[in-house]
This record gives sequence, C-alpha cells and structure tokens, in this order.
Amino acid sequence: MAERDDESPALLAIRELRVEFETDAGSVPAVRGVNFDIRAGETVALVGESGCGKSVTALAVMRLMTGRVTGGSIHFEGQDLARLTEPEMRRVRGAQIGMIFQEPMTSLNPVFKIGRQIAEVLVLHQGLTAAAARTQTLDLLQRVGIPSPEQRAEQYPHELSGGMKQRVMIAIAIACKPKLLIADEPTTALDVTIQAQIMALLRSLKDELNMAVLLITHDLGVVAHFAERVDVMYAGKIVEHGSVRDIFKRPAHPYTRALLGALPAVRDPLAPAQRLEAIPGRVPSPAMLPPGCAFCARCKYAFEPCQPEQPPLLPVAGSHVAACWLHDPARNPSGRGVVGP
Amino acid sequence: MTSPLTLPEAERLAPTETPFRQVWRAFRKDRLAMTGLYVLLVLLVLAVLGKVLTEWWVVFDPAMVRLPDKLRPPMSVPSAALMRDQIPPWGVYPFGTDELGRNVFARMLQGSSVSLSVGFVAVSISLLIGVTLGGIAGFYGPRKWGPFSVDALIMRFTDVVLCFPTFFLILTVVALLPPSIYNIMAVIGLTSWMGTARFVRAEFLSLRERDFVTAAQALGLPEWRIIFRHMVPNALSPVLVSASIDVAYAILTESALSFLGFGVRPPFATWGNILADGRTFIFDAPWLFAIPGTAILLVVLAFNLVGEGLRDAMNPKLRKRAS
Repeated sequence: MAERDDESPALLAIRELRVEFETDAGSVPAVRGVNFDIRAGETVALVGESGCGKSVTALAVMRLMTGRVTGGSIHFEGQDLARLTEPEMRRVRGAQIGMIFQEPMTSLNPVFKIGRQIAEVLVLHQGLTAAAARTQTLDLLQRVGIPSPEQRAEQYPHELSGGMKQRVMIAIAIACKPKLLIADEPTTALDVTIQAQIMALLRSLKDELNMAVLLITHDLGVVAHFAERVDVMYAGKIVEHGSVRDIFKRPAHPYTRALLGALPAVRDPLAPAQRLEAIPGRVPSPAMLPPGCAFCARCKYAFEPCQPEQPPLLPVAGSHVAACWLHDPARNPSGRGVVGP
Repeated sequence: MTSPLTLPEAERLAPTETPFRQVWRAFRKDRLAMTGLYVLLVLLVLAVLGKVLTEWWVVFDPAMVRLPDKLRPPMSVPSAALMRDQIPPWGVYPFGTDELGRNVFARMLQGSSVSLSVGFVAVSISLLIGVTLGGIAGFYGPRKWGPFSVDALIMRFTDVVLCFPTFFLILTVVALLPPSIYNIMAVIGLTSWMGTARFVRAEFLSLRERDFVTAAQALGLPEWRIIFRHMVPNALSPVLVSASIDVAYAILTESALSFLGFGVRPPFATWGNILADGRTFIFDAPWLFAIPGTAILLVVLAFNLVGEGLRDAMNPKLRKRAS
C-alpha cells in the first residue's frame, strides 16, 4: 500500500472531543479529549476493549447518542458537525456519512421489505422518483453481492441470513455514495467465514467509491487486513496512533503490546500450544479514573511518573505516537521498555 | 457477473409472505374469530343497506306510523285497514311493529348504520389521539418542556383524563351539547383514547432502543418519519387488537346513551332507543327489547372475538404452535 501524504487535508478531523453521560452519580466522561484525522479514501481503525469509548466516538460523529458533547470539534469537510443544527445534520447523515452497525439482525425494520428500505434513503437524499430508486436499489443489491436482487428486494428482513442482512445494511449505507463510512463492529455478530466475505466486500466498495472508512472494532485480525492507520483507544483516550505496520510490528504502548499478546498467533498448527497472555485487572470505571495514566494499574512497565501524571502523546518514530512516559527520554533515560518485549 | 464477493444462490427462494398474509393465515384457523368476522361482515352489509334503503331510496320507512298495526309480533301480516303505500315490503313485518305501528325491521336497519358508524368513527378519533400522544410521549419522553419531561406531562394528563368517570362525563357533555350523532361520536372518541396512549407509549419506549431506529436516524430520516413510518407500524398489532374491542365498547356506550335518552334524537332510530321504547312493553311485546338487545350482544361479541383472534394471530409464539 502506498504511503499517504500526511499533509493532505483531512476529510474528518476530530479535535479534543469530550463526551459525557449524565448519570445519577454525576456526569461521567466516556470520551476524554480524542484527536484523530481521516483523509479521503483511507481506512482508519479505532480499536480498544468494550467500553473504551470507541462506539461513543463514532456515534458522536453522527450526533446520535444520549451523551453530551462537552468539548472539542468534529470537522467534516470544513464544517463543524458539533455545531450544525439538527436539520443540517440530517442532510449529512446517510448522504455524506454512512453508518453500518454491529447487529445486522436488528438494524433493519422488520415490517418493511428490504427493497423499500434501501429505496427510502435514495428518495430522501437524492430526490429520486420511486421507479428510479427501484432501479438503483436493484443495482445496489447486485453490488453488495446479493444474488437475484429482484426477488430479494421483495423479501422481509427475517427471510435473510445474518450475512445477507449485513450486506443489505451496507447497501443502504453506501446508497448515496457517502464520503465517509463508519463501520461500528461490522463483523462482530457474524461467523468467521461471513466476516471475511463482508470485509472483502467493504474493501472493494471502498476502492470503487473512494470512500474513507472509520472501522471500529476490537478484532485486531480485521484491523491488520483492512486498515491503513490505527488508533488504539483506552478509557476514553487515544493511547497510540500509527500505521498498521507500526502498531503490529513495533507496538509502543504497553496496552497495545498487551492486546497483541492476547492474540493467538497463526503458526504451525502442530507446534506446541502457547498460553495466551491475558491483561490483568479490568478497565477502570470512567466514573473514577486515576489522575495519571489510566492503564497504570494494569501495566507491567509502570514507573514513578505514571501514577501522578497523565502522559501526552509522545513521538515514537515519524507519525507513530504513544501516550506513555516510556517514550519520554527525560523521564525514562535508560530507554527501558521502548522496544517491544 | 459473479465476482467472488457474490453469494452463491443455494436454493430457490421461497415466495415471500407479507406480514398481513401471515396474520391472515393464522386468523383463518381460529373458528370463533372467523365466526365473529362473518357476523361483522353481514352487519357491515346490513349497515350500508340500512343507510341506503331507509334514508336515500326509502324502501323501508322507519318513521312511518301505522296505528291499526300496533305491537304486531314478528313475521305477522299487515292488517287490511292499511293504505296501499303503508304496506311494508314483502307484505310482512319480519321483526314485528312497535307501539306506533312502526316497522321494527326498518328501524333496526337504520340503527345498524348508526351503531357501526359511531363505533368506527369514535375509535378512529381515539386512535388518532392515543397513537399521537403515546408516540410522542414514548419517543420524546426524556426531553424537557419547561420543568417537566414531555413524557411526564403527557402521561400525567392521560392519568387525569383516566380519573374522570367516563360515562358520566359523556352524559354531562351530551346533555349540554345538541343531541347529534356527530357529537356522540366525538365525545366517545375523546374519552376513550387513554388506554391506547398508554400502550403505544410502552411499545415506543422499547422500540426506541431498537437498532433499526438508530439506523433510521443514522440515515438522516426526519423524526416524524421515523415515528409514523417506522415505529408506528411496529407498534400496530396491540393497537389493532384493542381498537377492535374499543369499537364494541363505543357501540355499547352509544346504545346506553340512546337508552337513557341522551343519544340520537328519537324519530331517528338507533338500537339503544328501540330498546328504550321497548322496555315499556316488556311483557306485551318482548320482541321490542329482545331484537335490539340481541343485535347489540352479537356485535359486541363479534368485535371481541375478532379482537382476540387478532391478538392470537399476531403473536408469533402462538402462531407457531397453531400452524
């Protein structure tokens, strides 16, 4: 894959995004100052454990969550989505930013034929007539690899398999040729063979339509095959950012290393099995985060500055950055832990 | 074109069944409900005929007084003293005559159109209010309007209306308004939407959290469209069930009002006022109360049977077991 010019203007630029949820116990930060960019046509993966704030970040871009954006900006093609009025935002959703969800089983309306659900978006955003929308619908179904689209368009969601439903969801999401597709765990609910098909389909559609994709997942295998750049999220913050190669070959943050260590390596199947390394402890509750690095308590490299002070994103090499004091030569002069284990 | 990304077509696609057909297939197996449906269909035909034949093209004149033929039992033949144009069609009184010699069959025909139209119009009004208020309360629930949430405002208002003794409220309103059939429809409709509002709200609270609603929002659909085009059809089955039972309730209420003399004005026949007139002659002319009474019983029973049949047919769990 060709190296991209880091200077090209971002399609989506998120700066210092903060999202808080109001609870009975006060307001709880779910996203705490996230920054990232997606350039036109590229795929950026946002990875992290459940509850780290990755889905909330995606929903914040669409302005679809119950939480409140308390700070920062979401610039998409030069306009700040956080400041748009609701009707303006509706013209962005579906038309310029498409979204696919984790659960294809429940993301389609059970009482309408799928053809009608695809056509609805086309009529709404592109002002097509019913007949034109119908032709487009069949074309879209064909494009997402659904055979005999004429019959399928007349079916109800319950008559389709999970993989097919996800294909229909993709057809709906790309119907208006969005510039950005947000895929929130698009394959989590599907079995492995279907996962591979869906990811291959997404990749080919992305190239065909020159869409940017924000891939939200906890599946590092999918990330390795599909993404160009990766942001690793932990407890509402981005802890490491780099190209796929950086993240997988030279993980700089102890959390990223631990995640990769928890992944079974595909080796000779007859080789003696190795124990996978689990990450000790749990993700801290967003209601009571430690003052310093949120990963500190679970980190085997933790040293003095980790507990009291939050590390900023420190450069590792080129555009590869990690929020870890190990990479601050002033605090870690010995260079301990800088190179992976 | 078959790219490697295209799914293989494993089997021939089974023909699609619309949700309506699925429900109908299950409903058809329910004999009681089907009986109810047949009764209603016959009644619908009678109501239409009644409207046409007693008001527009007067074959059966419900208001014609034949003093020589007072209180004739059903199936009796008119007396020779009548003028030619006073003789009822078929030369017989199928349901007898009342104390003024009016043809009860003609009066029942006229009454059937009144009863059914009151039932349907009143329930339409109550559905319109109930679904709209319940939908808004369920969808916009947590949103604030002043110091209160939208949900609290609407549902507490519903509770307040629910606290009124409905029938006496109707009596009061009807006593104040001119006694017209439209006022009765409106009053019954305006006092019977609370149940609908409550369960539409409950249904919406659960629907709102469903993924397809979020997905519809992510497509930039306007909220009214999400509420009325995407959520209401999903909340429809309990609404239909209760609507069919509400129609029965509305018909009963109208009959009761007419019976008490607050309903439709007397020369105009309704089942309720035929019954009310008949009660004076309960021993001399039992058909005068038995016929409208049986008609009311049948309609109410039929609507209830259809309602219960619908409820079973729309419940996928019961449906699977039945088929």
